[in-house]
Amino acid sequence: MDWSFIARYSPLYVKAAALTLTIGAVGIVLAAGIGLLCALARYYKIPLLRQIAAVYTELSRNTPLIVQLFFLYFGLPKAGIVLSSEACGIIGLAFLGGGYMSESFLSGLRAVKREQIESAESLGLTGAQVMGYVVFPQAAAVSVPAVGANVIFLLKETSVFSAVSLADLMYVAKDLIGMYYNTTEALTMLVAAYLVIILPISVVFSLIERRMRRAGI
Amino acid sequence: MSENIIEVSHLHKQFGDNVILDDLSLSVNKGEVVVLIGPSGCGKSTLLRCLNGLEPIQGGTVSLHGEPVEFGKSGLTKIRQKIGMVFQNYDLFTHMTVIDNISLAPLKVQKRSKAEVHDEALALLERVGLKERANSFPAELSGGQKQRVAIVRSLIIHPDIILLDEITAALDPEMVHEVLNVVLDLAKSGTTMMIVTHEMAFAEAAADRIIFIDGGSIVEEGEPHEFFHNPKTERAKRFLKTFTYSD
Repeated sequence: MDWSFIARYSPLYVKAAALTLTIGAVGIVLAAGIGLLCALARYYKIPLLRQIAAVYTELSRNTPLIVQLFFLYFGLPKAGIVLSSEACGIIGLAFLGGGYMSESFLSGLRAVKREQIESAESLGLTGAQVMGYVVFPQAAAVSVPAVGANVIFLLKETSVFSAVSLADLMYVAKDLIGMYYNTTEALTMLVAAYLVIILPISVVFSLIERRMRRAGI
Repeated sequence: MSENIIEVSHLHKQFGDNVILDDLSLSVNKGEVVVLIGPSGCGKSTLLRCLNGLEPIQGGTVSLHGEPVEFGKSGLTKIRQKIGMVFQNYDLFTHMTVIDNISLAPLKVQKRSKAEVHDEALALLERVGLKERANSFPAELSGGQKQRVAIVRSLIIHPDIILLDEITAALDPEMVHEVLNVVLDLAKSGTTMMIVTHEMAFAEAAADRIIFIDGGSIVEEGEPHEFFHNPKTERAKRFLKTFTYSD
């Protein structure tokens, strides 16, 4: 192991990790927003919107991220729409993640028992209060493990961003290998960088899960 | 003539082609404890649900103090604050502690002050012997304890009437007593209640009036001692016989 190589090039990884995290965070927040809207459209069976949400969910979940990115980065310019690599990364991740988040939120909403809603209604709560105080908190608790798995999955998926010229972690590692053939060092740093990003997130989600379990949800 | 709380007239309810309640009329007066009994599937639970606007009805009217109780209508939330309901499976909010379960409606629906609600919640919990469980979650309580909390949750909104839907049916036998004692205590203190139950001894002890329902309509109605020991109709006699083990 060439430690001086690691010392020299680790700042590149830090910079790339920041990019991965930034684009990952923005993409995942957007994915959660899209997912929530789709889940609500399907839960409340809103005509037209629920069909659109269902088609979108299947489309996003059943096509690979790299194909979605190629479509955005190489396909759209043919139609006159040119997006930056960063924009493609964010949109791609939000598009893919939205489908997964939608499924996770919907299964949470559907897990709330009818009796819970009726007993809230019988106390005189309005529809919005029933949602806010009873349905959402319970649905959120059920959704936590699935949402956590989605977040981790989406962060790992960012490793294909290099295909659209984003200087993310994978891109830096490939670059260094191409230039210096220090394969072992470059890949070791890559693995370490992903672990440093993703492990704490895993831990946080399992802590939240454990807290929820106390409430018997 | 005492004050009329609930008035049901010519109520008709069906699921698809299946008629559940057929031209049923009754009324409940202030301070009265009415117990509905009858074979499973006779419509008594559905009747209670109609009284709280949880079911759409196909004919007739239900009214509370003269105001209509109608499924899906916008004024319903206001009327429901005057009607307490306790369900067979307690249906406490699983994500909230006991005290939060009890305080939700008075705080958010009735907008009462936090301190007042807190004090009343604890006083009511003490009355049912559960003051020390205020900060427990429902999953940490026994069935009987959960049902007593559910009763407190309906009492704290100061309803004009409480509807109790087979509240001991899901309980282990040794817990039935602790819950029914609470209800008996309420009955004695003048709480207006409509109770669906299969506990005949309790029905006789708690009721001011028994209504026997079969096939979606009222078959016999009367004072409890009279009903249980000297039923007038053949159907009531046959029904009551199923609760005895000698011939």
